[in-house]
Amino acid sequence: MRTCLADVAAPSVWKAARTVLQRAGVEVVVPRGQTCCGQPGWSSGHPEEARRVARRALRAFAGDDPVVVPSGSCAAMVCHGYPELFAGTPDEDAAAAMAERTVELTQFIAREGLRTGAELSGTVTYHDSCHMLRILRERESPREVLGAVAGLELIEMEQTDVCCGFGGTFSVNFPEVSGRLGEEKARAASVTGAHELVACDLSCLLHIAGRARRTGVPLRARHIAEVLAG
Amino acid sequence: MSGTRPVVYTDAVAPLRERTREALADDELHGNLATAGASWAAGRARMGREHPFAQMRERGRAIRRDNIRHLPELLARLEERVTAAGGTVVRVSDGEAACRYITDLAAARGARTVAKSKSMATEEIKLNEALEEAGLRAVETDLGEWILQLAGQHPSHIIAPAVHLNREQIRELFAAESGEEVPDDREALVAHARRRLREVFAAADIGVSGVNLAVAETGTLCVVENEGNARLVTALPRIHVAVMGMERVVEDWDQAAHLLQLLPMAAIGDDAATYVNLITGPRAPDEADGPEELHLVLLDGGRAALRGTDLEEALDCIRCGACLYSCPMWRSVGGQAYGSPYSGPIGAVITPLLEGMRGERSSELPFLSSLCGSCHDACPVGIPLHDLLVRVRGRVATPTHRRDRRLFALWSRAWSSPALYGASRVGARIGLRLFGRRGWIGRLPGPAGRWTEQRDLPSRWPPRE
Repeated sequence: MRTCLADVAAPSVWKAARTVLQRAGVEVVVPRGQTCCGQPGWSSGHPEEARRVARRALRAFAGDDPVVVPSGSCAAMVCHGYPELFAGTPDEDAAAAMAERTVELTQFIAREGLRTGAELSGTVTYHDSCHMLRILRERESPREVLGAVAGLELIEMEQTDVCCGFGGTFSVNFPEVSGRLGEEKARAASVTGAHELVACDLSCLLHIAGRARRTGVPLRARHIAEVLAG
Repeated sequence: MSGTRPVVYTDAVAPLRERTREALADDELHGNLATAGASWAAGRARMGREHPFAQMRERGRAIRRDNIRHLPELLARLEERVTAAGGTVVRVSDGEAACRYITDLAAARGARTVAKSKSMATEEIKLNEALEEAGLRAVETDLGEWILQLAGQHPSHIIAPAVHLNREQIRELFAAESGEEVPDDREALVAHARRRLREVFAAADIGVSGVNLAVAETGTLCVVENEGNARLVTALPRIHVAVMGMERVVEDWDQAAHLLQLLPMAAIGDDAATYVNLITGPRAPDEADGPEELHLVLLDGGRAALRGTDLEEALDCIRCGACLYSCPMWRSVGGQAYGSPYSGPIGAVITPLLEGMRGERSSELPFLSSLCGSCHDACPVGIPLHDLLVRVRGRVATPTHRRDRRLFALWSRAWSSPALYGASRVGARIGLRLFGRRGWIGRLPGPAGRWTEQRDLPSRWPPRE
């Protein structure tokens, strides 16, 4: 899954994810008919509208192959949100099946024991994105794959598990609260002295990096797939 | 769904976004919240080390799910036992009926002064206003709530209600209330409050308390507190009125004991509360103290309608306040900004549910959340608050939400079609390139401008330095 945000704002992220998987010997298919997982509508309180978009994802990713997503949040939408979104509809079974097969990128790499062969001489700090951590319950896999990158040193920041304040439409409904949290996150990442901030979610990174630039906090940011792709 | 009476405070008139902005600008508040939040987090971490908190939480969840499933039976049993112990039980459909019962009772007994201990339910029903309208003097006796009452503010924090005020502000309030010189010293301030409040306890005709839990098995009301004021409120005046949300009932002492341990662990990071008052009926003939009358007011106020819906788990809440302290949004703006007695994640869920989904408030509170899920992790009875927030958002029936839905309908139509999706994606890429020639965009036009109010947008990724 490319994810809509990468399509619009950072195609390099899904391309990096594809590169990482291909290098590890995985055959990757990027279905052409895919759009968005539907989360923006779902979390904004418009389930009917979300269902229509999500149904497109069900069609695009039909089959038995694992669905690998370079976003903890989109993966959580499919794994945790789809069963509820499609409950009592004709797509209920298809949704449950897709939820079963869907996995976040680093989870897939860790689960399959893939070797990325990535190298990076430098330090990074990792932000635990909320849905990755508290819906997928995944704290380890990103650290595991980062740990396997030759030359990379991970410096943990304070309160890495605290929300960065992005929160989808929350970021534009309450921009000031969102901005405050983004700034706190940017500062926590910056003071580690790490060369760059990485995360499994582009959404958090766009918000944190954008807020860092606005408030004058020196911070580089990259998606974890881009680090793994070298 | 019933509950047409507003739960939010009537003076919270500014839009929520504006109130969050004001709160963010208050550095004093920010510091106080940070200190309180850190101390809560440290206590909570200690509980996790010293107790099998995860298992205790699972059991807490099982107990509350079971309680809500059997709510009608438990309430019938509670009513029977409280009555057998000499108490009077009254079920009320809404806050207005609850207030009327209490003011009528006060009139019938010729009461003049009412001493109150901390209770969220009485805030929900706006009891203080009703008492004052009826010509009664109502005094809050929880230190924090008394301070708020003196400041003309409403409580919005389940625990530490005056967390947003500092010592100097409190000293000024005490001096104004008493007309005395009050020294700027923590001990002296507490001593002053104790003396003034003792006078209230002695004068009160009626004591009004909330109820943390009621035990159906024995008809016992549990009132948990840290200051001893609730003990005086429920024992000294000749009439005790306990106001309880109808969902706060458990079956037996086995369940009650578990929840009474979980409650302070989650609320204040301690494995026991300072005082747990267990009240079974009014004073019995062979007892030395206690009130002559005990009235238990069981409040529906929109609760019964939640049973059997996918929002039912909101009734599991034991009002510990942990979700507030765990919430990054709440820690940034504090409870006052929410304008409801119930703030934070649980407040954002139950405020609109209790007062109905048509009020404009319901377009605001459930959306003041990034859905980060910290509240679910913090909740001692495992309420999936982030899921409930999404469900509540889906039910909002205001003009604002309908307008928003029309926009999402356009989005839905476009993004369910790969061709239109592809077109919008290409359009966005071109737009990013046009607006962001130097790698960053500082201002976007139209609704996208909400993004760039607070942040720059990188027009290429990874972003340029």
